Amino acid sequence: MRFSLRSLVAAFAVATALFIAAPAFAQQPTSVNPTAASVQERQLLDALRSGTPGQGTTLSGRITIPDASAGNLIQPQGQAWRIFHQGTMHWIGAIAILGMLGLLAVFYMTRGRIMIEAGRAGVTILRFSTFERFIHWLTAGCFIILALSGLNVTFGKFVLAPLFGEGAFAAMSQWAKYAHNYLAWPFMLGLVFMFVTWVVHNIPDSTDINWIKKGGGLVGSEHPPAKKFNAGQKVIFWSVIIGGGLLSLSGVYLLFPEWAGGVLALQFWNIIHGIVSVLLIAAMIAHIYIGSVGMEGAADAMTSGEVDLNWAKEHHSLWVEEKMGKGAAHPHASAQPAE
Amino acid sequence: MARMKFLCDADRCIECNACVTACKNEHDVPWGINRRRVVTLNDGKPGERSISMACMHCTDAPCAAVCPVNCFYTTADAVVLHSKELCIGCGYCFYACPFGAPQYPRVSNFGTRGKMDKCTYCAGGPLADGSTAEYAAYGANRLAEGKLPLCAEMCSTKALLAGDSAMIATIYKERVLRRGYGSGAWGWQTAYKETIAI
Repeated sequence: MRFSLRSLVAAFAVATALFIAAPAFAQQPTSVNPTAASVQERQLLDALRSGTPGQGTTLSGRITIPDASAGNLIQPQGQAWRIFHQGTMHWIGAIAILGMLGLLAVFYMTRGRIMIEAGRAGVTILRFSTFERFIHWLTAGCFIILALSGLNVTFGKFVLAPLFGEGAFAAMSQWAKYAHNYLAWPFMLGLVFMFVTWVVHNIPDSTDINWIKKGGGLVGSEHPPAKKFNAGQKVIFWSVIIGGGLLSLSGVYLLFPEWAGGVLALQFWNIIHGIVSVLLIAAMIAHIYIGSVGMEGAADAMTSGEVDLNWAKEHHSLWVEEKMGKGAAHPHASAQPAE
Repeated sequence: MARMKFLCDADRCIECNACVTACKNEHDVPWGINRRRVVTLNDGKPGERSISMACMHCTDAPCAAVCPVNCFYTTADAVVLHSKELCIGCGYCFYACPFGAPQYPRVSNFGTRGKMDKCTYCAGGPLADGSTAEYAAYGANRLAEGKLPLCAEMCSTKALLAGDSAMIATIYKERVLRRGYGSGAWGWQTAYKETIAI
């Protein structure tokens, strides 16, 4: 019964489609017979496209040279990719990056630098070990060069080429491409290390809900309690892991086109690579801001690794309690207490 | 100046691949690269057609639009050429090209793309016409010698036509009118946003 109902529905759908299509058939011969009448390329494209199942929407045939992908005769999707790359991508990139810079400028002007309210204690506590700082800077250093060389591919010809001249710009872009190709690997290594090292501290929990509710101390002067990483840092961590993962996956396909399986796949991975990269660049601009000029005492965590105790108490109270409770890490007096 | 184009009469192409061979030989094209290829559609079925395809030297060429270093230029004869000195081998022209013309020699086992190579319409490149450097990088410059692309000159059935747009269109029109059918100027709609009205 169920089967017959389904076939009935199918038959009705076919009949409806035929009924709708019938006037079109009457107006022009769509069943293309190239030996009977002069036909247009467009008609043949349409006819052959529907006649080659499994080939997608490209027009492919048999070829005698070894490169099987050359059997693709025409791929009109290149036009869509061109429109994306020369239009949409520019807008996404400009809005994400300039928008983030604008937001940060507004934030800086309204909130100013976030100071250590209690002042520096003069006593420090180890926040990041040498290894943690190494993997951070390995990934960060690679990312900055990857970001700049990547932006150069999309925006360089509008921004830098008029300044440098075409020859110098092309030579610079060539080196930027090499840097992009080769630094991708230490970047991926850094991603793996960061994931393994920090994932336990970045699993969302109830303290994050409270932290987000209180605006993370970014708005208002309250400092909600946080563990080693607060909710904002967890967002950064997962952006880097997921975004970096997507960039790695798409990047590897773009580096090894034979693995991607055709030009349509390459267009797809290029679009993913472009969008994810500008979003991650925007996120990293915010990360760099809050880790440097945006907050007093924050940069110490990734330079010496020793943060001021008062900074730690204000921003990562639960983490400090945990560290002190363990007794494993006593605060180091870097200066004589003024008593 | 002329508006140079290719036209492949799919009703005449017999898939002999002489154009492919002639091109490879004339320009000393490296291993693994075919500036021209013959694709057979509907192989072994009614309506089988073979089309010889290479760079079509598009009007408003997509490769030139997406190139991050502006290495493409269009000559006075409307031939789309590129500078291998400027090319960085990023692969973008291949993504954008409707005809799969741009190809890259593999310069290392690491998958690094070399400088892009494609059909030059036998017109060389930006280096001095007929120089050894030009031949090494881009192949022969027949256009500078007043000759047309060798693939079309070699074509045994004269399926592949090269030359000024108006002239090859006229030849094709005459054929279609005489024999009473024609399967269209392949790639013209995509490359030139026009087709030959019969």
